[in-house]
Formats: sequence, structure tokens, C-alpha cells
Amino acid sequence: MMDASPPLFKDIDKGGPAQPLLVVRGLRKHFLLKPGLFQKNKQYVHAVEDVSFSVAKGKTLGIVGESGCGKSTTAKLIARLIKPDHGSMIFDGEGVAEYGGLELKEFRRKLQMVFQDSYASLNPRLTIEQTIAFGPQVHGVSKDQATNLAHTLLDRVGLKPAQYANRYPHELSGGQRQRVNIARALAFQPRLIILDEAVAALDKSVQAQVLNLLQELKEERELTYLFISHDLHVVQYLSDEVMVMYLGQVVEKGPVERIFNTPAHPYTKALLQAIPSMDPDHKTWVSPLSGDPPNPINPPSGCRFRDRCDHAKATCHTVSPALSKVEGLSDHVVACHMNDGFSQPHLEGPL
Amino acid sequence: MHIQNASKLPPANKGYWFTVFQQLKGERIAMISAGVVLLIVVAALFAPWIAPADPFKASMLKRLLPIGSEGYLLGTDELGRDMLTRLMYGARLSLLMGVLPVFFAFVMGTSIGLFAGYVGGRTNMLIMRVLDIFYAFPSVLLAVAISGALGPGMSNSLIALTLVFVPQVVRIAESVTTQVRQLDYLEAARMSGAGTFEIIRVQVLGNVLGPVFVYSTGLLSVSMILASGLSFLGLGVKPPEPEWGLMLNTLRSAIYKAPLTAALPGAMIFITSISFNLLADGIRSAMDIKK
Repeated sequence: MMDASPPLFKDIDKGGPAQPLLVVRGLRKHFLLKPGLFQKNKQYVHAVEDVSFSVAKGKTLGIVGESGCGKSTTAKLIARLIKPDHGSMIFDGEGVAEYGGLELKEFRRKLQMVFQDSYASLNPRLTIEQTIAFGPQVHGVSKDQATNLAHTLLDRVGLKPAQYANRYPHELSGGQRQRVNIARALAFQPRLIILDEAVAALDKSVQAQVLNLLQELKEERELTYLFISHDLHVVQYLSDEVMVMYLGQVVEKGPVERIFNTPAHPYTKALLQAIPSMDPDHKTWVSPLSGDPPNPINPPSGCRFRDRCDHAKATCHTVSPALSKVEGLSDHVVACHMNDGFSQPHLEGPL
Repeated sequence: MHIQNASKLPPANKGYWFTVFQQLKGERIAMISAGVVLLIVVAALFAPWIAPADPFKASMLKRLLPIGSEGYLLGTDELGRDMLTRLMYGARLSLLMGVLPVFFAFVMGTSIGLFAGYVGGRTNMLIMRVLDIFYAFPSVLLAVAISGALGPGMSNSLIALTLVFVPQVVRIAESVTTQVRQLDYLEAARMSGAGTFEIIRVQVLGNVLGPVFVYSTGLLSVSMILASGLSFLGLGVKPPEPEWGLMLNTLRSAIYKAPLTAALPGAMIFITSISFNLLADGIRSAMDIKK
């Protein structure tokens, strides 16, 4: 079903399908830790370190990694909810929040976000209709028009406006609330939606429904998704491309089938091995990875994964690996010395 | 369980306060308290028309008549003035002294608290630490000290009481704002591109007003008692103006001759403040719509 309402905002596709919708260059964020009373030197949490990537139009980029690897910080940096220390962004050919570029307000309309906690992301004192209509009103749409739009969108995400429009968030279930959050994002008629663990808090059956809804909406409205999750199954289902992050850095990025079938980074391999096997004959007996991620206040020198890597060589302690092409493929890149030929190729592994 | 009547039409958006009022109607004690408060307010408002006598007309012959005397339902005070009349007129000043400082403190405290909470950081710390200085004194002592410094008089005790309550209201408003500011729906609101003022007005204010309102209704009784206390000490209203605290003071000399009459203003203070408190409790639980 298409919604009947005409587009409220004019969005012209600038660079055509070949131009990435979003290009992120050298994004970096170090959080200053509050120094203790008798502590002199300042300490920083190296949350996101020189993250660069691009998202193709109409595609879904999945970002995976353990908790604390900087996935959500990256999302908030992109949305400019946190000010990055360094880095630039280009949205469909226009620089974001820079002179002569795209204004932040307009950029935020074109880019929306759906958060993990469906309850905390809805104002308990506003009805869901008011919540959805707030955004368009900020951008100059009249209240009546915005309310109409809210009803149309509620209907589209599967909540009957007659029944739900005037309800408060606490009167809805988790899945329904997440649908409201999706409708709220759609009300801006965005081009890119960041889904930050958007289905992680839902139980499996509801999760499947919401994922299907997201897929439908994507095709219907030519959306581009940035899908952040720790659930590899969900990422595999929804994504066209996958980016793996470890301790604030991108370690591997490539098409979903490449990442899941022929991963190049030892960390990616370990992540995939950690997926519980459905086949009782192939039980996972050995833990694919030992130890915890290192402290982001004091990240290891060289390759940040070296402490937990079976293949670590002397070079890994000193030189930080850059992203390089895997087997000459331009769309599959990995940051590992085993790939860039710095150290001896050591290609094997249980996969 | 609360069952909504199912109708096919979308229910009109009655709003949050309507729901709260519906809830409040179900609370018996709160409704009785509201009735008492209303009765006192009406008596105070219409005192010139319904009071049986002139509040200033003294008579040496009719001093300290007992409760239930003919023509003097609640007796007379130490100067022979009708007690019922003076209590009704006294309610005007006492209620005013109860409500006005709280109202001023509500407006000022919420604004300061919202600002401090939303801005955060050092500004927040500076504002809150300065207010902590006020907080360090017991409110009675602070009210007496400010009132004493400003000199006696009604407007001065109004200012004193307002200053006593502002830090308390700021604290509540600030802590709620700080909580709200960290929630995802504020991030979502910032993602909408709305300006700070718009975000505070639409997304923050509604969440902060509730707790602050409840706290402030609780302050009404405190304010009334403090105001009466100031008048009792001679820092508030001047005689012969009728005010409960002042009446309590002047009747003190007659406490052995007519203890019941002397206790009447105190009883009124007690009844009014406890009604305010019970009503505040009722509102507090009614506002918890998530039950």
C-alpha cells in the first residue's frame, strides 16, 4: 500500500545511483575521562578511531561488532548527536555542516534514527500521534497536515490510527512502540535511516515482523539503511554490505556473502564461529576467541586485535594495518597484515 | 482495572490533565480534602458578603465570649471581635500567603531548574552549588532571617517565603530535567532539527511540570504555616489585620481564660494545611498514569 499523501519535502537525487549516499571520512572521537581528584594527566577513551566508509544508495550497510566497539558512537557521530573530534561527511555529494554544504537541520531531516530502547525513545507525555507529528512541524508543515501524515504512517506500519493515534507509549507493546519509532522516522521523509540495534530488544517473532516491515519500506520509499546490530543472523538477513568494527576501528568491510562465506580478518572469523550451530554434529567446543577486548583508554599499539589474535607477528605490535583489498576485489577490504603482505601470509584457519 | 469504552471513532485527544482529573475523582480522601479547601477558599473570597459581622468592630463588653454564644457562633476574641468573621477574613491573607510564594517559586524555580538541567556542565554546577547554600539552612530559620533583614510587612514576608522555596523547586526541576535530557526521545527530538527552545517546550516541560507541580502542592501547607509563624513573630502581617498566625499570637494571652477560642486559628491552620497535603498526595498518585 502506498500512502496517499504527497511528498512534503522536495528531495532531488543529485549524483545518480553510482554516487554513494553517504561518505564518511576519518571519523574520530576520543572521550575525555573526568580526571580524579588527585589525578593529573587526562585520560581519553578512544571510542572511534579514523572510521571511513560509504553507503551506497538504496542499500543496507550492516555494522557489527561486540559491545563497546564503537558501533553506536559511530551512529551518533554520523547523526551529529555527538560532535566528532575529526572527520567529514558527504551526503549525496554535499558536505555536511560545512560552509556551502548541507545545513545540519536539513541533513538531520534526510537522515533519521531508530533507537534500541523503544520506550525511552518515546516521550511518555505525548500521544504517539503527537510524537510522530512533531518532526514535520519543526520543518514547517502545518499541524493538521502533520497529524494526517502521522495517521497515514501509523496505518502503513500496521497500527490502526483510529485505535492507536491517541495512545500513550506505555499503552503499547514493545513491537508496537518500535513501529511508532519507525513511523516517526518516516515522517521526515528521510533518505537514510540509521537503525541502532532497532530490533535487538524485541522477541524473535516480533523481530521478524519488524524486519519484514523494514524491508518493505526500504523498497517502497527507496530508503538506505545503516543497520547496527550485534546479531549476525539479522545482519545477514537485512544487509547488502557488512562492516565489522573492533575497538573503534573498521577491521573488515565487504558484500554480505563475502563476509559470511570468506571472511578475511581473524576477528570476523571468530565472530562467525561464535554463532551457535544448529547442527548437533557440529557443536562448537572450543571458544573461538579468548579474553576481553582491550581497554579503549589504552588501546594496544599496532594492530588493536593483536592481543587476541593467534596469528600475531612482530609487525602487528608496531604497525597499524591499513584497509587493503582482499584478492584484488575493490568492494572487500580488510585491515590485517596477513592480507596486505606486510607479514608472512598465513592463510589457514578452521573455517 | 481501568476499562476504556470502546468506540469506533478515534477518541478525542482529551490530554494528559484530563486523564489525571479522572483518576483524582476516584480518590476519596483527596476529594474530601479538595472539598475542604474549596470551602475555605469560598469563605475567604466571599467573606465581605457572607461574614456575620465587621472583623474590626471591637466591644469591651463582649470579650472572649465562649463558642456557641448567641450571635457569635465561634465566640469572640480578646477585643470582643467576632471570631467566625475574623477567621473568614483571616483565610484571605493566610491563603494568599500560602499560595503566592509557592506560585512565584514554582515559576522561578522551574525556569532556573530547566535551564540548569538542560545546559548541564559547569553552568549547572555553579547554579546548583549557589542554591545549596540556601538549602543548608532550615527553612524556618531562613524565612525568619530574610524577613528580619527586609523588615516586617506582608510583601517582605512574601519575598522571604519565595526565596525559601525557590531552591527546593529548582532542585526537583533540575534533577528531572537532567534525567530526561539523557533519554533517547530527546536525542530523537534533536534529530528532528528542532531548536533548543522548541525541544524544551514540547519535549521536556511536560515531563518536568508533573513532579514539580506535585512537590509544589506539598509546599502550600508549609508556606501557610511559615507565613503564620512569621506573623506570629511580628514579622508578617500587622495588627489589627486578621491573619491566622497573628490571631494565634494575640489570643495567646487569653489561653487560660478561653482555651478553645484561642485554639481556633491554630485549628484552621492545621485543617487547611492537612487538606492541602492530602490533596497533594492524591494528585501525586493520580498523575502516575502508568498504573
